[in-house]
Amino acid sequence: MSKINEALQNRILILDGAMGTMLQRYNFSEEDFRGERFKDFPHPLKGNNDLLSITQPQAIREIHAQYFDAGADIVETNTFSGTTIGMADYHLEDLVYELNYESAKIAREVADTFTAQNPDKPRFVAGSIGPTNRTASMSPDVNDPGYRAVTFDDLRIAYKQQVEALIDGGSDILLVETIFDTLNAKAALFAIDEVKEERNLDIPVMVSGTITDASGRTLSGQTVEAFLISISHIPLLSVGFNCALGADQLKPYLKRLAHNTSFNISAHPNAGLPNAFGQYDQTPEEMQVLIREYLDDNLINIIGGCCGTTPEHIRLIAEVAKDYQPRILE
Amino acid sequence: MTEADCKKYLRLSGLEPLIITPESIFVNVGERTNVTGSRKFLRLIKEEKYEEALDIARAQVEGGAQIVDINMDEGMLDGVAAMTRFLNLVASEPDISRVPVMIDSSKWEIIEAGLKVVQGKCVVNSISLKEGEATFIHHAKLIKRYGAAVIVMAFDEAGQADTYERRIEICKRSYDILVDQVGFPAEDIIFDPNIFPVATGMEEHRRNALDFFHATKWIRENLPYTNVSGGVSNVSFSFRGNDRVREAMHSAFLYHAIQHGMSMGIVNPEMLEVYDEIPKDLLEYVEDVLLDRRDDATERLLVFAENVKGDAKTIEKQNQEWRNGTVQERLTHALVKGIDEFVELDVEEARQMVQKPIEVIEINLMAGMNVVGDLFGNGKMFLPQVVKSARVMKKAVAYLLPFIEAGKDGASRSAGKILMATVKGDVHDIGKNIVSVVLGCNNFEIIDLGVMVPPEKIIEIAVKEQVDIIGLSGLITPSLDEMVYLAKEMDKLNIKIPLMIGGATTSRAHTAVKIAPEYSETVVHVNDASRAVTVAGNLINQNVKTDYAKAIRSEYDELREGFLNRSRDKNFLTIAEARANKLKLDWDQFIPQKPYKTGVHTITVRLKELVGYIDWTPFFRTWDLHGKYPNILEDEVVGEQAIILFQDAQKMLEQLITENWLEAKGIYGVFPANQVNDDDIEVYDEKGNILETFLTLRQQSQKTKGAPNIALSDFIAPKESEKQDYIGAFCVTTGFGVDEKAAEFEAAHDDYNSIMIKALGDRFAEAFAEFLHEKVRKEIWGYASDEVLSNDELISEKYKGIRPAPGYPACPDHLEKNTIWTLLDVENKIGVKLTESLAMWPASSVSGYYFGNPESKYFGLGKIKEDQVRDYAQRRKVPYEYAEKWLNPNIAD
Repeated sequence: MSKINEALQNRILILDGAMGTMLQRYNFSEEDFRGERFKDFPHPLKGNNDLLSITQPQAIREIHAQYFDAGADIVETNTFSGTTIGMADYHLEDLVYELNYESAKIAREVADTFTAQNPDKPRFVAGSIGPTNRTASMSPDVNDPGYRAVTFDDLRIAYKQQVEALIDGGSDILLVETIFDTLNAKAALFAIDEVKEERNLDIPVMVSGTITDASGRTLSGQTVEAFLISISHIPLLSVGFNCALGADQLKPYLKRLAHNTSFNISAHPNAGLPNAFGQYDQTPEEMQVLIREYLDDNLINIIGGCCGTTPEHIRLIAEVAKDYQPRILE
Repeated sequence: MTEADCKKYLRLSGLEPLIITPESIFVNVGERTNVTGSRKFLRLIKEEKYEEALDIARAQVEGGAQIVDINMDEGMLDGVAAMTRFLNLVASEPDISRVPVMIDSSKWEIIEAGLKVVQGKCVVNSISLKEGEATFIHHAKLIKRYGAAVIVMAFDEAGQADTYERRIEICKRSYDILVDQVGFPAEDIIFDPNIFPVATGMEEHRRNALDFFHATKWIRENLPYTNVSGGVSNVSFSFRGNDRVREAMHSAFLYHAIQHGMSMGIVNPEMLEVYDEIPKDLLEYVEDVLLDRRDDATERLLVFAENVKGDAKTIEKQNQEWRNGTVQERLTHALVKGIDEFVELDVEEARQMVQKPIEVIEINLMAGMNVVGDLFGNGKMFLPQVVKSARVMKKAVAYLLPFIEAGKDGASRSAGKILMATVKGDVHDIGKNIVSVVLGCNNFEIIDLGVMVPPEKIIEIAVKEQVDIIGLSGLITPSLDEMVYLAKEMDKLNIKIPLMIGGATTSRAHTAVKIAPEYSETVVHVNDASRAVTVAGNLINQNVKTDYAKAIRSEYDELREGFLNRSRDKNFLTIAEARANKLKLDWDQFIPQKPYKTGVHTITVRLKELVGYIDWTPFFRTWDLHGKYPNILEDEVVGEQAIILFQDAQKMLEQLITENWLEAKGIYGVFPANQVNDDDIEVYDEKGNILETFLTLRQQSQKTKGAPNIALSDFIAPKESEKQDYIGAFCVTTGFGVDEKAAEFEAAHDDYNSIMIKALGDRFAEAFAEFLHEKVRKEIWGYASDEVLSNDELISEKYKGIRPAPGYPACPDHLEKNTIWTLLDVENKIGVKLTESLAMWPASSVSGYYFGNPESKYFGLGKIKEDQVRDYAQRRKVPYEYAEKWLNPNIAD
């Protein structure tokens, strides 16, 4: 049995919190984003957080370390937008392999340092695979519902490249997250399955969908149960939800998920819903109370935070989680 | 129930989940969104009326279908594109996409295209061991990776399972491969152990249903977690036309199949009786057959079925019953059913009741024809039935005419006057006649000028008769230019009569790009008879015609621009470059087959011998019934009509053979020949003197790397190879006698049989061409003397060598017919003439070349450029303008 499976049997694992929220604290300028290497690049690069793994690796390293220090077992690589499709906005398609490889390598190094300090608590790296900014089963043009801005094959090829680099860089897990269109996720899972077969390698896969609002459906219209059925054809380490909602709004959907699957359950909700300024102001203490309710209901195997969460949130979540047993898989 | 168990259920999803547990009721798969089973859906997809196609899908879901089966397997469709487009549109309709889809195709590329656009977990229908284990495993693996469940047909390398033992053997083998080698989840496997017809009279079909039941039970007991599905309507095929028996049989079959473990299936809910409501006696007979309970079960059910359908007595009784209605009811019934037996009697009775005889037409007959029109418009009547209705109508009108003439007041109250004509140089009129009949049925007054009508005459009559619409028809490509010419002339004369364009060679694109810009009044393309009525109505109706004309104009403007943009994108080679990239066959290894018999010979053949060579599929297409023969006879929508039409055709066939209505005459010759100057074929006599030179045209569009730019001449050994190759030419006809017979029928107001004889004449000509080609391959030229092919294989052109015809895609140049005519002396020897547009007269004729090289194949020339036209004009020794006129449809803009 792999180390991660062994750990999951014994305890609830803690995932890290937001990367973007932490990077905002650095207030990086356009020059900082460019660094020395891209100082003459013809297009603006500010806002391309994934690029910071190359131009400001120290910041990424620090954030990973803060989350491990707060008690996280797993950190996510800084690669949420790291596909040719996401990087096209910045004209950096050619950099995709390097971005993912370097991001995974940084997280790997920090994780290994922490594992060495405390071998009883091995730390893991999850390669973060975001949804891209296009949808394969919805049309962006209201006048032409049959149109698609991206195809399954576009996505499959882009994801495959990201997956290979994340594995080469040292990821323990692949995390397909913030899924608002299940067909995008299926393309990612297809690519992962191809790579697994080609390399004869069994890397665990986490899948995490996003319920966008109180309708209880994904953006592409699927119910919790339909979403689960649609992504269950590949063996998964865990299935769960993240983003869009706070812990309290997410709870009923997590329950439905947990009720219908024998995979591990993960959740990394936002720090509440954003306020009028788009900021998240749920405090670590408030969030801890809500997460305790998850644990009381025995819903969780892996828990962390998404938008607006900080190392402090993760510290309090880790504190409460250590008093509970993981959800038992039937 | 533990969660581990529940993992093992078949779980599917659209926007919502569908979980099939042992407690689930039978899962009903909607089958109307299938182009092979629904003519309406096929038409909508072909015409890209996706909104309406989606309505069909929606109606199924609303009607309770838990899965929607989607099939785009049709020869004329781009299946991959249609599947992708339709599923993308389904995805944007939450009330449809809430249920899972079933991607139904026999082509892997269509299945895969579907898998790439569906977010939920769908079902693939189907895969099998038919093409061996490697393909089966490859497809299964991909299906798993795409996240779908799969239907596995009981089919293997040796064929389709038709016994209990074969069914379980193949299903078990499939299961073991899927579960053990592919790691396919057992719960995602659905078996289709083949539902076959029963009560066919064949001893080996007796156990068809029973074997299915037992195999189903065995599968559910021995292949854990799997489901069983099937297409139910197959079982009752031998009772086509008898819905009472079919419905009872379906529901009894389902009842037993479900008892044995069938959990889902493709069922037409409209063809299903409630099991408990099947009359006891019928149920007993049906179950005797299904369960093979008695040796005489089939005979007993057949006898009983005749009862259910109505024996001679009840038919007579029914006859009397409809005769008891009011005169209006009787006339309507006669028109709808196409019964002309009593029509004169009823018309006379109606005439006694009105002030003026014309009122019988305007009131009584039109009321009946309106019912026909509505039924036809709603797809509840089909073309052959409508033509029969028209026969009754014509008879009635003919009866009334003398009375009307006697008391004439000159008032015409038709829906509009339409002039119909096949243009100059063209002799084909089946389609035009069908459209005339259908329009006539809908109260339009038709002035039919017949075939080969010169433009001056069309204009003269149109003006004199003050017609509302002119309908032009044509089948051969030069007719397209005739239509353009006519449009220009009418514009010059400032005529304001809308044009309707139709016929096999016409298209919406040609109409929009070439004809519409030449005429300031409306020009509209009508591709089938059923649309003609609506279009004509829109062109005439005062309230809508302005808007309609505007809509058509802008639709065509858009189409034209799109077309021009597209064609501009295409890259062409110069003719020199195209020749450099010609098809280079290996002439060093080539051993030409010297014909057993050279020189020109005529041949006559008895019609009877040709019957087996008839390809019936185009016959049905002539009548707007679409589908492949013989499957079309079992089609759920048009099957019944197809059977009736086919029976009528067989009846006439028999009569025309015994009474020798038609004469089959042909002429052919095989000659020494060589390719010269790349694109020409020199034809020699035995001494090597040049008899004629065939000029071929070469593909000029830029090909993908490695693909040659072909001309027909490439299939003949070049002179410099110093090998003596050969080419053949032929002309066959079965057209003498057709026009005379058609005229006889028309004189008797019988359009139905007039169209029928022409359609059969055309089929015979094609059959003759097929017959002669085979004779040439096997005996006369003899390069394939050991060939053994079935009729189906002949139709699908599985033989070696080709017989392309001038005017068709490989050699669109009609002028080549002149060369064939001179070479074979066709007109003097067998009487077939060429019109000024180089159409053959009589119309039921076929001519062409024979190429014997095993590498030869049919291809489309596509567009060519001006440089080739100039080169061709020099070779043909004609002015450039003349060459341009004849090759016009193939010259790139």
